[in-house]
Amino acid sequence: MTSVILVSIFMTLAAAATPILLAGLGELVTEKAGVLNLGVEGMMLCGAVTGFAVAYSSGSVTLGLVAAAVAGLLAAMIFALLTLGLGSNQVATGLALTIFGIGVSSLFGAGYVGRTIQRLGPLFPADYAAHPWLRLVFGHDALVYLSLLLVLAVSLFLRRTRAGLILRAVGENAESAHAIGYRVLAIRAAATGFGGALAGLGGAYFSLALTPMWADRLTAGRGWIALALVVFAAWKPGRLLLGAYLFGAVATFELQAKAAGINWVAPEVLAMTPYLATIVVLTMMSLGTRTGGRNAPACLGKPFPAP
Amino acid sequence: MSTIITRRTLLAGAAATSALPLIGGAQAQAPLGVGFVYVGPIGDHGYTWTHDQGRLALEKEYGAKIKTSFIENVAEGPDAARAIRQLAQAGNQIIFATSFGFMNPTIQVAKQFPKIKFEHATGYMRAENVATYNARFYEGRAVLGTIAGHMSKSGQAGYVASFPIPEVVMGINAFHLAARKVNPNFKTKVIWASTWYDPAKEADAAKALIDQGADMITQHTDSAAPLQAAEQRGVFAFGQASDMSAFAPKAHLTAIVDDWSGYYIKRVKEVMDGTWKTGDVWHGLKEGMVKMAPYNAAMTPAARAAADEVQKGIIAGTFHPFTGELKDQKGTLRLKAGETASDEMLSKMDWYVDGVQA
Repeated sequence: MTSVILVSIFMTLAAAATPILLAGLGELVTEKAGVLNLGVEGMMLCGAVTGFAVAYSSGSVTLGLVAAAVAGLLAAMIFALLTLGLGSNQVATGLALTIFGIGVSSLFGAGYVGRTIQRLGPLFPADYAAHPWLRLVFGHDALVYLSLLLVLAVSLFLRRTRAGLILRAVGENAESAHAIGYRVLAIRAAATGFGGALAGLGGAYFSLALTPMWADRLTAGRGWIALALVVFAAWKPGRLLLGAYLFGAVATFELQAKAAGINWVAPEVLAMTPYLATIVVLTMMSLGTRTGGRNAPACLGKPFPAP
Repeated sequence: MSTIITRRTLLAGAAATSALPLIGGAQAQAPLGVGFVYVGPIGDHGYTWTHDQGRLALEKEYGAKIKTSFIENVAEGPDAARAIRQLAQAGNQIIFATSFGFMNPTIQVAKQFPKIKFEHATGYMRAENVATYNARFYEGRAVLGTIAGHMSKSGQAGYVASFPIPEVVMGINAFHLAARKVNPNFKTKVIWASTWYDPAKEADAAKALIDQGADMITQHTDSAAPLQAAEQRGVFAFGQASDMSAFAPKAHLTAIVDDWSGYYIKRVKEVMDGTWKTGDVWHGLKEGMVKMAPYNAAMTPAARAAADEVQKGIIAGTFHPFTGELKDQKGTLRLKAGETASDEMLSKMDWYVDGVQA
């Protein structure tokens, strides 16, 4: 019985971690190229509503996921057009993108409220996961595996490939990268688009896998947590994975503790543990190194060419 | 309808809105303006949605005789005063402010517009032109508890709750007392989600409760996510605020349905007739402000019969969900044998009955 509960807790944990891992990973790549896109929440909502609408109309969850990624990408392209093309302020534009995403998803989602679809199921057939412990390995849906593969891929891309090096160069010193002939704005736009597509996928994880429905503001602020995770992870994909699962674990254990009747802590205190943990880890990290532990790309949020 | 705004129409509009509060009921021909202030989006498929259904019912009932308008996603607090004032200045004759946190702003704006009628949901402050109304959701929860007592195999229910305010605490107690009547060893486990609306967290809370042995899920949060979690795990659950069976056809046994339309239609009629008076209304199953959604076919005959009986008893006034003898968890006697809870006691409830794990 206990092992069944433990496995179930881990499954819930992985499901809670996956959307913020996806969105965070996308934002990490965007920020590595020197673009600070605070519109993650808005792009997630665009992905969530589009994914649901397409899956509902077509009956195919896979098609929904593809559409969600495209929707996130398009939303990111609006951001790229404004900040990279027209040189608008990245922070303000990102915030505006979030507000825009909330509004536009609410508008297009109005017709889908109160409907539901067949949720994204486990990737492997049920007999692979007959034993509870095997569920830990074979019981997840496709996006859980995809998110893990993407962490590996992004990590290798940034550290081991020439293209990854160029992307980092654009984020660290845009002027130098430009001077030696790299197209800074095009590279930044591509990184922003990748970030948008993953945010869209992360949003669709809510409307297609976690809670197969559409309701306004479905993601309930997870985009902001994804943004914080990138800082938490010091812009390293491996640490982002750790952070996302840590966040999932704290959030899940909070609920499990309440369900198990552990009531010597006030519910309000339990509710703030995930955020408290984030602050504590961030503080510890910044104490740990001389650079303030931030490891932020040097050109993060700075416009190019410099005004 | 699209209108091209020229300076002339703009001026005329401004003149009309400034004159309206003075003219009041004298302008019999013009449609009666009815305004609504909502705390959430009308797309929440929950609490705000049910109020908007009430507004649509008004339009259906009175057609061209009225003109409704609403402002959604209004934050509780000072910003609400701006939204309410905006509706008042736009010439609405009656304004429904539908959330507890709109209480002070409603009173404040009502002072500035003595001719306009205000209705505030779930509050307790009234004035000459401010009435209050609320629904006795706890009556519906007693029906849910009765069903849970009959249908639960593990004798444990999981309750996904928002915040420990009297409205929620009273619902938990009503549910649990009804379940205990059927099964004296019944346990109700509560998770405080500390939110009214966060679908993913609500679903995870439901899963944690199911992991810990609950095979009945009920909730006092706004999304259908806990029902979906119950459906996925193969346990039963109850809908909140509206019939949510579409989200969980197997798990959804029934739901508490809020129906504000009857009250809205009646109050708007009174404004039309000039008979509107301030007051305080707390309606339940009897008046139809709280209704039960159709029962699921999976419900046993015994559960159906017991649920119907509780419902009939409440409607007839022969049964009150809070009837003594009643002790709280610390053993303090709250109600003597045969005594029923007063409305005042209910609206201040901050204690749990025995067997609730909160």
